[in-house]
This record gives sequence, C-alpha cells and structure tokens, in this order.
Amino acid sequence: MEETMATSVKASKPRRAKRIQISSLIASVPMAVVAIGVFVVCVGYSVMLSFTKSRLFPNFKWVGFDQYERLWGTSRWLVSVENVFLYGVLFIALCLVSGFFMAVFLDQKVRFESGFRTLFLYPYAMSLVVTGLVWQWMMEPSLGIQNVVQRMGWESFEFAPLVSSEYAIYGVLIAAVWQSSGLVMALMLAGLRGIDGEIWKAARVDGIPTWKTYLFIVLPMMRPVMITSVVLLAVGVVRVYDLIVAQTGGGPGMATEMPAKFVIDYITVRSNVGLGMAAATMMLLPVLLVIGPWIYREYVRPTKH
Amino acid sequence: MMGKKLFAATIGAGFMSVSVQAADVEVIHWWTSGGEQKAVTVLAEEFDKLGKDKWADTAVALGENARALTMQRILGGDAPGAAQFNTSRQFEELIEEGLLLDLSPVAEKEGWKSFIRPSSILNPCMKDGGIYCVPINIHSNQWLWTNKKVFADVGVKEPHTWKEFLAVAPKIREAGYIPLALGGQGWQERHLFDVVLIGVTDKEFWKRLWKDKSVDAAGSEQMRTVFETFGALRNFIDEGSPGRNWNDATNMVITGKAAAQVMGDWARGEFAAAGEVAEVDYGCIPGPAKRPSLTLGGDAFIFPKTSDKALEAAQMKMASMMLSPYIQAKFNNAKGSLPVRGDVDLDVADACMKKGLALLDDPEATMAPANAYITEDTNGQIQDLVSTFWNEPSMSVDSALKIFKGIIEDAE
Repeated sequence: MEETMATSVKASKPRRAKRIQISSLIASVPMAVVAIGVFVVCVGYSVMLSFTKSRLFPNFKWVGFDQYERLWGTSRWLVSVENVFLYGVLFIALCLVSGFFMAVFLDQKVRFESGFRTLFLYPYAMSLVVTGLVWQWMMEPSLGIQNVVQRMGWESFEFAPLVSSEYAIYGVLIAAVWQSSGLVMALMLAGLRGIDGEIWKAARVDGIPTWKTYLFIVLPMMRPVMITSVVLLAVGVVRVYDLIVAQTGGGPGMATEMPAKFVIDYITVRSNVGLGMAAATMMLLPVLLVIGPWIYREYVRPTKH
Repeated sequence: MMGKKLFAATIGAGFMSVSVQAADVEVIHWWTSGGEQKAVTVLAEEFDKLGKDKWADTAVALGENARALTMQRILGGDAPGAAQFNTSRQFEELIEEGLLLDLSPVAEKEGWKSFIRPSSILNPCMKDGGIYCVPINIHSNQWLWTNKKVFADVGVKEPHTWKEFLAVAPKIREAGYIPLALGGQGWQERHLFDVVLIGVTDKEFWKRLWKDKSVDAAGSEQMRTVFETFGALRNFIDEGSPGRNWNDATNMVITGKAAAQVMGDWARGEFAAAGEVAEVDYGCIPGPAKRPSLTLGGDAFIFPKTSDKALEAAQMKMASMMLSPYIQAKFNNAKGSLPVRGDVDLDVADACMKKGLALLDDPEATMAPANAYITEDTNGQIQDLVSTFWNEPSMSVDSALKIFKGIIEDAE
C-alpha cells in the first residue's frame, strides 16, 4: 500500500517526493539514534565487557575468552541453558495449542462471549510476580492444592511440583502457560475472525467436517498470526526472570535457574560483570543466528515483492 | 560573587518547602520478619525524634535482593541515603570506587575505634584511613534452636554435636515430628553447610580453608566428613522445605511441628516475639560441636556519597545515632543480636544471649565468617554447589569435593 502511494506520488510530482524524503529522514533521526545508541553501542559495550575482568564495576583488563571458558564450565549455566530450551519449547507449544482451542471455542458464537474473553485474557493482565506467587502458594504441599485434595479424602493425591528438583520446571511452566495463553487466544481469535466467511460456506458445501476445516484450511491461513504469537512468546522465554524469582527463586537447588537470572545475579549480587556479560552475549547469539534470519525471511523479504 | 550568593539564597528559599523532603533518608534493608521489624522500627522512630529528618523505609525481602537493589541504585545514580550490608567484603568495590561517604569526621569525634569491639568488626569498614560503614550489631550464625517440649515428648536429649543429632533424629521422626526445620533457599542451605562445617572440623581448619584458601584443606578427609554429615541431614527435613523463609521455619519450631532449626541468633527475635522464654520453652545450643565456636559477623550500614548537604548531614547524624549506647541496647534487644560496644547495659539479656556473651569473651571460641575472606563471586559459587548437592541426593560426595576444591583453588 505504502509503496504504491509512494510511486504514484513520485510519478506525478517528482520535486515534492524529494522533500518528503528529506523530512522523513529528519523524522527518523531520533529512531536511528536510539537504534544505534541503544542496540548497537550498548550491545557492543556489553560484548566488549565479556572479554574483560570486570567485577562490580566495568573495567578494561582484557582476559580474552577466559570468561567464556569459565561460563561453559559452570554447572549453573549449563543447567540454565538446558532449562530454557525445555521450558521454551514446551511453553510455546502449549500456549499455541491452548490459545488456539480457546479461540476456536469463542468462535462458536457462544453466549457471554465477551465474558469468556475477559476471563481468558485476565491472567495476561497480571504481573508475572503475582502469577508466580499465587502459583507458589497453590503448589505448596502443606497448604496448597495437594493439601486441600488430600483433606477431602484422596490421601495419595500428589501435586507439589515445586518441591522436587525433577518437576519444579513444570510447575513454573504451568504458571507461565496459564499467564500467557490468553494473549495467544486474543491474537488467534482476531485471526479466525479475519477468515472470509465464504471459505466456511465453501467447506460446508463440500461436506468437510468442522474440525478438518479448522485444521487443514483455517490454520494454514493463519500463518502470520502464528508467527506473531511465536515471536511474542519467544521473547517471553528469553527474558523469563520475574516468574522464576517469584515462584522458585531458581530452586530447589538449581532446578529452575534460567539464563536471564544467571546474568542478573552475576552482574548484581555476585559482583562479576565480566561473567554476566559473557552469559548475556551467549543469550544474544541464538537470537542473532536463528531468530534474526527467520524474522528477516518472514517479515522483511516478502514486502519487497 | 554577590549575585551567586543571592542566587543560592533564592534557590534555597524556593526549596524551603521541600527541604523536609531533601533530608528524607531512604534506608534499604532486608529486615522483614516480625522480630526484625520491631528492631528496625526502633531505629526509625528514634531517628525521627532527633529532628526534622525522616527515616524513609525501603524493606526488601532476602538479603541478596536488597543488596542487588542497592548496588543497582548506586550504579544508576539514584543512591539511597543508607543501605544495609553484612560486615564483609560485599561493599569493598563501592569503597574503592569512592562511592561511599567517609564517616571519619563523626568517627574520630566520637572515638569509634576505641569502643567498637571486637576490632575485627570494624575492619571491613576501614580503607586507607577512611571509615565507610557503621557496624550496628554482632550476629553469630552457629545455633541450634530447639523446642523443649518436643524433645521431652520424644524422650531424647537435645543433641550437642552433629553425631548426636543424627542419632536422635530418626526417633524424633518416628514420633511424628519433623527433626530439622529448614527453609530451602540457597542462603539457608549454605548457612546450614557452614554450621556443619565448623561443627565437624575446628577453628584452625576454618581459617585454613577460608582465610588461607588452602586447597589441601578443601580436598581433605575432614571436608569429606563435612559433606557426608551435611548430606545425611537431607533425610530429616520435610517436603515443604524448598523456598520457605527462615522465619517460617523458626515458626515450625515455635509451634512444635519441628524439633529443631539451625539458624543464627537472629532467630531469638522470633521466639521472643512469640512470647517464648529462653531455656524454658525453647533451647539454644551453640555449635553444635564438641567445642562450639561462633563467627562474629553482623550487619553494617553504608551511606552513599551525595552532593546534597542536607542529606549528608542527616546521614552523619544517622551514623552517629546507630552507635549511641541507648540505641545499641534498645535495637539489639529487639533484634536478638549483640551490641558492638561493650559499655552497653545488658541486664535484659536472656539465657541464650548470656550463652553467646560468654562465648564472645573467649577469644578462642570466636572467628570471622567465611565471607569476610572470600569475594561474593566465590561465595556464590560455593552456594550454588552446596545448594545443588543438597537438592540432588544423586550427586556423589566425591564430585562435590572435586568441585569444592576447584572453587577454592580459583578463589581470590
């Protein structure tokens, strides 16, 4: 749309087009300053610090790759990386599935739709700290859900994932999915509503069952919505910090440690900015190598056609 | 010149209305439990009584969170008026970078060096002739708090060594009590580890390990016993332990759910706040060890440098107040800690406090805490190791020892 407008303007009034370019250039200066200042310079500075022996304060005593060597020899970091992968894959998958189902449910023209919508989206309005705390209480063995069910008579019932090193990460996952699937629901619902009614009619004429229509016709058409959802959720995965702090504090042991928490802990309490920055750089790498090209392919390139 | 003065006067007059605001001293601390709250209220109320300056309270749960916040605020140019730290190397770099207010003028006038005891408690505050923090209390970490009723009910004696504890714990468990109340947070697990460490070794070993960073000590048989004893304690906690706060664990002892808790002497504040009587309702055992030793750490306040003269004056006033004999007695009574000056009236001391004081008088029974010698970085590595070892019974003592040795080897 923009392109066609720009070309038409160019064709009819070439002189004015040039002025538009200059003014748009001026208009984009603040953005460029922010982009270069914040992203390029700050990121570059952080990467640089990862090669130094900075403790609480940044300094420039170069140590080469020492911090990286220590980082990849630190079991807490290795556990964090493992956790974020497990958490990330499950979180994105579960949010997409549950969000999609909620959207489909609301798309059935149910009564009190706006009521349900609010209900589903409500958790997303809650801060992650509150979410973490509430779920921590519910998963507490001697006070929470487990205790309530056991007292109702089901003695062998067990639901206290947060107290076991093995299952704690799933406890965090439950809270995270509960919090975020409403967002996916909202996006998906918008996507579903954007599907042309004619397609539904055609499918119905051809006698295709509803679930097949959703799965094989509607879902593929919602690709852009899916991509937006995945990107938003992925951002949430990389920066997962407050939920962990509120719900488990990284424990028991190191069972729910995450890279973002590692970085923050090392540059604050543990007074080792060098190592923290090395970890931060490692967090940046997958974003640059995987997500960058992917976003480029999905978003940037198609507009050139 | 005249113009400048006039300008300053106008600005001053303009700010008159907010000058009360300017002398608000924001204090960041991590005193959030019931007993601690009572203690910090003493400080706040007494400070407000001194004049127009106001104590602005910022309480943050968990020491590591509070310290992180303080560091970030100072680095970000939004320093609080005062902040709590432990008497340790935690704020060493802040001093080196010249970010803290030098309290020497007040310290020299009042003669801090002459009355603060033991002198080791003031050492972390001093650097190149300046004094950069106010030690406010002395805490010792190595205490086993017991519920007398539970022990009487089970019919076993209170343990005085870790061996004895491991011997009676199964009986306590059989009787339906939780033998050891523990909050499963990193620092508490580390705290228990340190208490076990000094309990099964001795003061000499402690010094060799933390002060000299002796790799031999770190890999020795004694260290193996420490890990084994520590690991054996895993069988005697309850499943709700992970993430629990220390004062909730203390409450389990107070209410008779659990038989004992290992915690510093600050736990006494909780017992007192619950109306319990020392050595009647609850017992306190220093150590547990054959020959109990106590670490002398504590809390200290730092005062970030400021360009605001009114605030600086208020900071100096607060520093001086914290060490006054009256406040020392009143605050430490509420807190359950020992005053940093010897000339304080202590007839209110209860049985447990007297036990601590008796040990304090014996120089052979006291030592500096581990974090007086090692950096926060090393401290954190050890905490990670201890916490992993505690929560993953599958981790062998051998591999824990190997990692521990590696950490001590790299320690600065």
